[in-house]
Amino acid sequence: MTFPMPNLTPALPEIFVLVMVSLILVIDLFLSAKNRFITYALTQITLLGAAWITVSTHGSAPQYTFSNMFVDDAMSDVLKLMSYIAVSVVLVYSRSYISLRGMFRGEFFALVLFAMLGMMVMISANHFLVLYMGLELLSLSLYAMVALQRDSAISTEAAMKYFVLGALASGLLLYGMSMLYGATGSLNINQVATVIQNTTGNHVVLTFGLVFIVAGLAFKLGVVPFHMWIPDVYQGAPTAVTLFIGSAPKIAAFAFVTRLLVDGLQGLVHDWQGMLVIMAFLSMAIGNITAIAQTNIKRMLAYSTISHMGFMLLGFLSGSLNGYSSSMFYVLVYVLMSLGGFGMVMLMSRKGFEAENLDDFKGLNQRSPWYAFMMLLLMFSMAGIPPTVGFYAKLSVLQAALQAGFIWLVVAAVLFSVIGAFYYLRIIKLMYFDSPVDETPIRPEGDMAMLMSTNGLAVLALGILPQPLMALCAYAIQRSLL
Amino acid sequence: MNAQMLIFYLFATILLFAAVRVVTARNPVHSALYLVLSFFTAAALWIMLQAEFLAIVLVLVYVGAVMVLFLFVVMMLDINYDTLREGFWSNLPFALTVAILMAAEMVVVLAGRDFWANGSGSVPTLHGPGYSNTKELGRLIYTEYVYPFEIASVILLVAIVAAIALTLRRRKDTKFQDPAAQIAVRRNDRLRIIPVAADTKLMKKPEDAPQSEQTS
Repeated sequence: MTFPMPNLTPALPEIFVLVMVSLILVIDLFLSAKNRFITYALTQITLLGAAWITVSTHGSAPQYTFSNMFVDDAMSDVLKLMSYIAVSVVLVYSRSYISLRGMFRGEFFALVLFAMLGMMVMISANHFLVLYMGLELLSLSLYAMVALQRDSAISTEAAMKYFVLGALASGLLLYGMSMLYGATGSLNINQVATVIQNTTGNHVVLTFGLVFIVAGLAFKLGVVPFHMWIPDVYQGAPTAVTLFIGSAPKIAAFAFVTRLLVDGLQGLVHDWQGMLVIMAFLSMAIGNITAIAQTNIKRMLAYSTISHMGFMLLGFLSGSLNGYSSSMFYVLVYVLMSLGGFGMVMLMSRKGFEAENLDDFKGLNQRSPWYAFMMLLLMFSMAGIPPTVGFYAKLSVLQAALQAGFIWLVVAAVLFSVIGAFYYLRIIKLMYFDSPVDETPIRPEGDMAMLMSTNGLAVLALGILPQPLMALCAYAIQRSLL
Repeated sequence: MNAQMLIFYLFATILLFAAVRVVTARNPVHSALYLVLSFFTAAALWIMLQAEFLAIVLVLVYVGAVMVLFLFVVMMLDINYDTLREGFWSNLPFALTVAILMAAEMVVVLAGRDFWANGSGSVPTLHGPGYSNTKELGRLIYTEYVYPFEIASVILLVAIVAAIALTLRRRKDTKFQDPAAQIAVRRNDRLRIIPVAADTKLMKKPEDAPQSEQTS
């Protein structure tokens, strides 16, 4: 029996991250609490190294390895790079927050890297089994991270809810995948796509499996009616973990949907289009309307996530390459805004104080005009107001949906984003027109201050010049989905 | 209906019955035991599908290890099951409506002739007596499926790290030995020669000795 050695080059970033996380786990054991910053530095170096490897192994044609289970194409490279950036920003933002709360431990960094490895596996998966494994790797790390503050009852409750609902979603997903396997006889995404193309007439088994797959995906994306876990988990988790859950995993979720629905089940586009229309509509409606009633900013941002994911689906349901690339643009922009939004919550928090109520933002302009301006840019962008990038993100998905002929859905989306603008603008009103309740000066550490300013200004800069990022998304999608 | 079909339906019935009892049994120990029964019958069904190795592993790992551990936990924890069941009856109508609706929808799809008419599903071929399922599985895991296999090992590593991160803490009230400190100890740290009253003539520096020990 001969065994051809798989070509490891396309998977080098994954291998590097795995080796580094194992090293970090061991090195951390020998570090005293005083030297724990070495673990942090090593984690950042890992991200940098993975980025370098990803860029240097980039090829224009898709490469397959591990018996076609792994694919390295333009889309995976772009999404991986964006995940590294997002995770790196998360770590910078969280550093002082977690060290003040006793979470600055080696396990935190190891779990972050494991979660990122899971995302990378999902982004590069070309096989249903690998997609599922990557998802579990990501989810298990996230469950543990939510529960990391073991003495906090609200965190533990959030972790429990997340775990139970996440397991249910995984079950649904696996059930759907097994149905597809039964109908097509393969788990490989390309082969499934070919079999579906060649099946004429009867699609009942496939559609039956598809329903479960879409339900599982909806759980993971957090779109209505599978959104129940999002507000509780976002509120209950330590803000550093909320920031993490709300950023990079969304990129992986985008890749997950693309690989499953677009790569694998393109032949069933008319079946899943209808399901996505309903979910997108409900997410935009419930997300935006419920967010108005929130007084906790983490909860409010959670409902805003739900509505943003609804908007993201608008690109997918158009079923065109243009639509997929506008969805990708939307996700990347959303991650940028979400990083800034939750980053601001952490910037305002200090030892023993969580700035998680809307009232904590009152009079921010008098305490720190610069950060108030950053928050203003982020909120404008989330609401989709023109000079910021959020406007282009919304515009591009709406255009894609319009081209596909969903006029009523586009009208509804615009209406809901106008409703949604209320609660984003309310924060701006609190910051600029109310007097502060709390006069403690805001003094973030140097790297966080710089990055937060970059983050806020990037929202503006990309709003003025959205073309490079849009071109990047279009390039990634066109090279990968043929 | 041949003998094989008969055995299949027998096991399938037992499996369904046991699965229902897992959910409905009032006593958690009973429901754990019903879970053992359902694993066991599932293993029997797998043997009928010529998956002997998986069937044996299911019995060894799930019944032998996981369920025994589970029973331990159930017996050791003092859980008040009445509080767990609170709100059961008030939520029942809604839950039942959703469940019946879903079941009915699935029955409509599954019972329709369209579902079975396709026939594109590949029926697994039966192998001869010389065929080793275990060997075949091992070959696949270490060649074609090596990538998911490796990821599975990483998931186990995450489980270990997460379990330690969530449960390990320094308790202030634990007593423990520090062998390094025990070895590094010097005579002067532990032993001090205190002049007693009878030797007052020899006493050079009485202020060296602590107050409390002088009196004793």
